[in-house]
Amino acid sequence: MNDALIPQIGVVTQIRVETPDVKTFRVVGLDGKKPFEHIPGQCAMLSIPGVGEALFSITSSPTVEEYLEFSIKKCGCVTDWLHSMEEGQEVTIRGPYGNGFPVDTDFVGKDLLFVAGGIGLAPLHSVINYCRARREKYGTIDIVYGARSMADLVDYREILDEWSREDGVSVHLTIDNAQPEWDGHVGFVPNYVTELKPDTSKTVVMCGPPVMIKFTLSGLMELGFDRRNIYTTLELRMKCAVGRCGRCNIGSKFVCKDGPVFRLDELDELPNEY
Amino acid sequence: MKKLLKTNLDTLFQAIASRQTLYIPVEDAGKQAAFIPYAPGLVMSGALNTARSAKDLFFPQVESLVNFRMDGKHIEIVSAEAEAKPFVLFGVRACDARSFDILDRVFYDAEPQDTFYAHRRDLGTVVTLACGAPEETCFCTAFDIDPAEPAGDVSVWESGDFYLFRANTEKGEALLRDLPLEDASDGAADAAKDAIRKITDLLPLKDLDLTPFGAGKTQTFFDDPAWASLSESCVGCGTCTFVCPTCQCFDIRDFDGGKEIRRYRCWDSCMYSDFTQMSAGQPRPTQKERFRQRFMHKLVYYPDMHEGLFSCVGCGRCLQKCPIHMNIVKVIRTLGEETK
Repeated sequence: MNDALIPQIGVVTQIRVETPDVKTFRVVGLDGKKPFEHIPGQCAMLSIPGVGEALFSITSSPTVEEYLEFSIKKCGCVTDWLHSMEEGQEVTIRGPYGNGFPVDTDFVGKDLLFVAGGIGLAPLHSVINYCRARREKYGTIDIVYGARSMADLVDYREILDEWSREDGVSVHLTIDNAQPEWDGHVGFVPNYVTELKPDTSKTVVMCGPPVMIKFTLSGLMELGFDRRNIYTTLELRMKCAVGRCGRCNIGSKFVCKDGPVFRLDELDELPNEY
Repeated sequence: MKKLLKTNLDTLFQAIASRQTLYIPVEDAGKQAAFIPYAPGLVMSGALNTARSAKDLFFPQVESLVNFRMDGKHIEIVSAEAEAKPFVLFGVRACDARSFDILDRVFYDAEPQDTFYAHRRDLGTVVTLACGAPEETCFCTAFDIDPAEPAGDVSVWESGDFYLFRANTEKGEALLRDLPLEDASDGAADAAKDAIRKITDLLPLKDLDLTPFGAGKTQTFFDDPAWASLSESCVGCGTCTFVCPTCQCFDIRDFDGGKEIRRYRCWDSCMYSDFTQMSAGQPRPTQKERFRQRFMHKLVYYPDMHEGLFSCVGCGRCLQKCPIHMNIVKVIRTLGEETK
């Protein structure tokens, strides 16, 4: 039987250590090709039979033609297993799931401000690289990214070597506490965003821990941002990813199929249970 | 319309069972009815409803999705079970028949379709039985279900010494075509229907008012302080969700049998704390939020997503089975009263 719940087999061809608890996994199909196409912000179910299945943001940009990548933080049964495996390991994969960011509609022509904390960069990584690859479609790109320490910044080399050096892209990194080898900004993401005084005409894309979202949001509101120009992603437990197992239900929405990307004014319509 | 002498019911069952698997409600030693495959000697229960709903037949409590074989770094997908055969589900009540419509919208009419559910639904022929004696816990009429006109592929009424049969669909006509039934007049079941409606008019829950609920009512009820008192005694056992004909939440789990790993799905319950537990946190931290989720889903969220249709059929199973005597009727009354 060919059902949405039945996965295909994928092969992990590369594993990169990003931080002490984040690794990036490159996955291709058994034919060596990208398992499926996706929109930035969409997710996929990865599993190791016998251990379990879990939903992850696709970190790579759709413009990458050869593979899918997932930056995954070690924090539970499935992620522990993924972190312990070696290159060449087969996994199961199904997707893509969710709505993704409106990169080809609402974002077009806009100045974009990305705000990420910790592993929250994972879903934004896909959008940022998509927008970089289609540079002419968007205005300026500002990226504010923070982590607990220098070692916890995901994609640090790529950010320094590629994003920072690109015209029209401004990267603002911050870490929670000062370190001897760090000469950048020190402090929490929400404060940094307020200090930077971004123009309220920008479209904001946020992803990070709930506390970061909460305080960044109140800062943006004080600056005078419109809730219709702010996007974020939700994360709830999921099993099916097609809107029927019931876990990720919030009001009349299922995060797996109606999300994970929501505009703030859309979130305002939902009961506050996420 | 067709008819059959009641004394010939077993002959009819044998005729159906010779061609397809036939499920009928049969009572166990504890007088609990369940749909089980017919075998000579088994007698159809006269109980109003089975202990568990008929959803089992289309959405089983446990079902295999796929099997895997693991060999070092290599994974092989092994297809699951053999195909199911056509079957007849005989003696479904009007409430459970409506529950199939409610489940269909989640599994059958959905995109992507749930092929496991759809496959069983296509193979199954539903024969409903009008309720001769609705009980005090019945409130299907609050959801515009008429127990005298049960849906399904074939509807059956008891009338004097006879059962009366009416096919409602092509599938139903195909079933009746070759069965040992006699012709009956079109209005033969009218007296039986009148008798049922006289009983439903007397039921204590017949005036249950659903008008305060439905699509667009999230803001009205979500922050209602009554959720705290309503849920106070809930022990989170999940019995209501397991006996409910419309509850459809499930879990997907793997069982490592050594040689093969079986991925299966099984019923789960929004009443359980680990239903939404994540490593990053718990969006429904206490029983109040879980309790609220169950009833908001049935009375507001589901109607929001499905043209106002409620995800409750008034079968009354949760009224009978809840160990703390909490139920959807009390929720509807308490919250509904406040809006007046």
